[in-house]
Amino acid sequence: MHLAGKQLLKSELSSSYDKQHVQIVESIVKTKQGYRCVRCNNDDQQLFASFPCARCGRICTYCRKCITMGRCSECNPLVIWIGPTPSTSFSSPLQWNGQLSPAQQLASDEVCQAIDRNDSLLVWAVCGAGKTEVLFAGINMALSHGKRVCIAAPRTDVVLELAPRLASVFPSVDMAALYGGSQDRGKLASLTVTTTHQLLRYYHAFDVMIVDEVDAFPYSVDAMLSYAVERARKPNSSLIYLTATPNEQWQREVKSGQRKAVTIPARYHRHPLPVPTFEWCGNWQKKWRNQRLPSCVVRWVNEHLERNKQAFLFVPHIDFLQQVVPYFQQFHPHIEGVHAEDPKRKEKVLAFRRGQIPLLVTTTILERGVTIPNIDVAVLGAEQPIFTESALVQIAGRVGRSAQYPTGDVRFFHFGKTKAMIAAKRHIVRMNDEARKRGLIDE
Amino acid sequence: MKCLICHDEWLPPVSLAMLLTLRQADVCCPRCRARFIRLEGNRCERCSRLSDQAICEDCIGWERRKTVLKQNVSVYMYNDWMKEVMNRFKFRGDYALVEAFRFDVRRVFDEHFSSDVCLVPIPLSSSRLAERGFNQAEAIASLLSVPMIFALQRIDDEKQSKKTRRERFVGRKFCLTGEDVAEKRIVIVDDIYTTGATVHEAAKLLYDAGAREICSFTLVRS
Repeated sequence: MHLAGKQLLKSELSSSYDKQHVQIVESIVKTKQGYRCVRCNNDDQQLFASFPCARCGRICTYCRKCITMGRCSECNPLVIWIGPTPSTSFSSPLQWNGQLSPAQQLASDEVCQAIDRNDSLLVWAVCGAGKTEVLFAGINMALSHGKRVCIAAPRTDVVLELAPRLASVFPSVDMAALYGGSQDRGKLASLTVTTTHQLLRYYHAFDVMIVDEVDAFPYSVDAMLSYAVERARKPNSSLIYLTATPNEQWQREVKSGQRKAVTIPARYHRHPLPVPTFEWCGNWQKKWRNQRLPSCVVRWVNEHLERNKQAFLFVPHIDFLQQVVPYFQQFHPHIEGVHAEDPKRKEKVLAFRRGQIPLLVTTTILERGVTIPNIDVAVLGAEQPIFTESALVQIAGRVGRSAQYPTGDVRFFHFGKTKAMIAAKRHIVRMNDEARKRGLIDE
Repeated sequence: MKCLICHDEWLPPVSLAMLLTLRQADVCCPRCRARFIRLEGNRCERCSRLSDQAICEDCIGWERRKTVLKQNVSVYMYNDWMKEVMNRFKFRGDYALVEAFRFDVRRVFDEHFSSDVCLVPIPLSSSRLAERGFNQAEAIASLLSVPMIFALQRIDDEKQSKKTRRERFVGRKFCLTGEDVAEKRIVIVDDIYTTGATVHEAAKLLYDAGAREICSFTLVRS
């Protein structure tokens, strides 16, 4: 395995690697608080463990956080490449005839400029704005200049969706799609699409780093992500963040001008975003203890069944989901539930797409990515902490995605409004206002 | 507290019974815990596999071949969850996960064996041991407060040259280290019992070295 642009554990390497351009550093270091993992920056002492190691003959401490990428332990150092990384130039490799909307064009120009100047930029684009297309020109320019481009995505699903799309518009470019179990492992390509975990293998490798759906990274990998991004990109490189729902701090930084950002406040189809309606439904958890649900929720479901309009119903917990699905199946036998660990997740989403499932009860797992033309959504228990501002904006973003059906109902059933709910609604209203002001909506 | 397996935060309930018996709270959250399926109900009395027959087909086969292994006791059933946890424990090398098994391992062991037995963990080859850093069978055995004897040694797969012709011919996996097992009651410990070939072979070797009564204790029955 060639080491250029990487940092690998000694145990991953054969003895015959190029020792001239490498630096060998401890993967686990002692700190005042205890230990820190040099590869993933974990310093949560609960995520370190020790064992009698047969390799070093001592009680050896290792990092449990990034262990799926091989075990960083006191006797297993990191071998870091510090030599030059090869570079390949392509002459305008982009093969795409699509048309950008005016707002996309503006964002695309900003992305090109950031890449050219090695700046950082936040692309704040609503769900359905067409974020990926906004990157094409910038990536094209970078590849033409012999720069190495990396797109980090929160989950394997996203990598699997993004990689073939990019491959089809950059057919001549060598690409790597990295995720757990991927065939491209260890490849250093001109264009890389990767999960955060796989990013941990790279060191000062990329000239352009794009972080897709930055808010979607599971909370636990949040801190790890920015660390991994900083290590994997070159010190002199550009950094582009893409999101529909930046967190509060970022929104503040954008407002005060501390963070350079470009917004795409309207969808490609030039219709406004559907605004959520709040509906108080009382103490639904208490009701459920008597196997009953609030009447407004039952009514909403029945109405949709009668009108034959497909819908998602989001619920806060997997335990509740599993209890409530059999209850709804009394209304209609084809109602299904889906959650993150559901082995039939893909099949159920596909069946929903085909119209075979009238109502899909789901945890937040379907909050993003899934685009189905004509649906409504409701959240039951919108006051629960799992429904953050960003989760609620994403949920609302499932509705009205196609030009043919640009509207729909977004209903938050709650037992007391939360800050997150209000912030989500305000967020959507503000985006619509900005879009109107900039003339990006036809009404 | 963080769940040992999923790393999610959870609050273990504090009960009076726990305070009185000084029983430790579980190291994993109820959701992860519920996914381990303990072997209970109708089982083959020889190998612990779920079975309606008192002795399953496989064990009748072993008997015909005059096995010296009296009984295998297993703790958990093999399922997708177990596969995932074992993968992290063994192949990724997350040693700490052994703690998730402590309570059930001790309970099931105590139900079947007295404390005057000796444990013999199934060894790894030296190259595998260096790669992994620990032997999972030994890690499981160390949960029990019972003396261990390292009576077996693996004949390294790579080092065919060091095997005798006969060893190569029959594909023997182990040889004796010379540790004394004569007249001792032995419980062989391993992570998983699939066909049973491994523990039955180990039992034969120990029997020939003079061990008296040989059983096996495995974490998982697949």
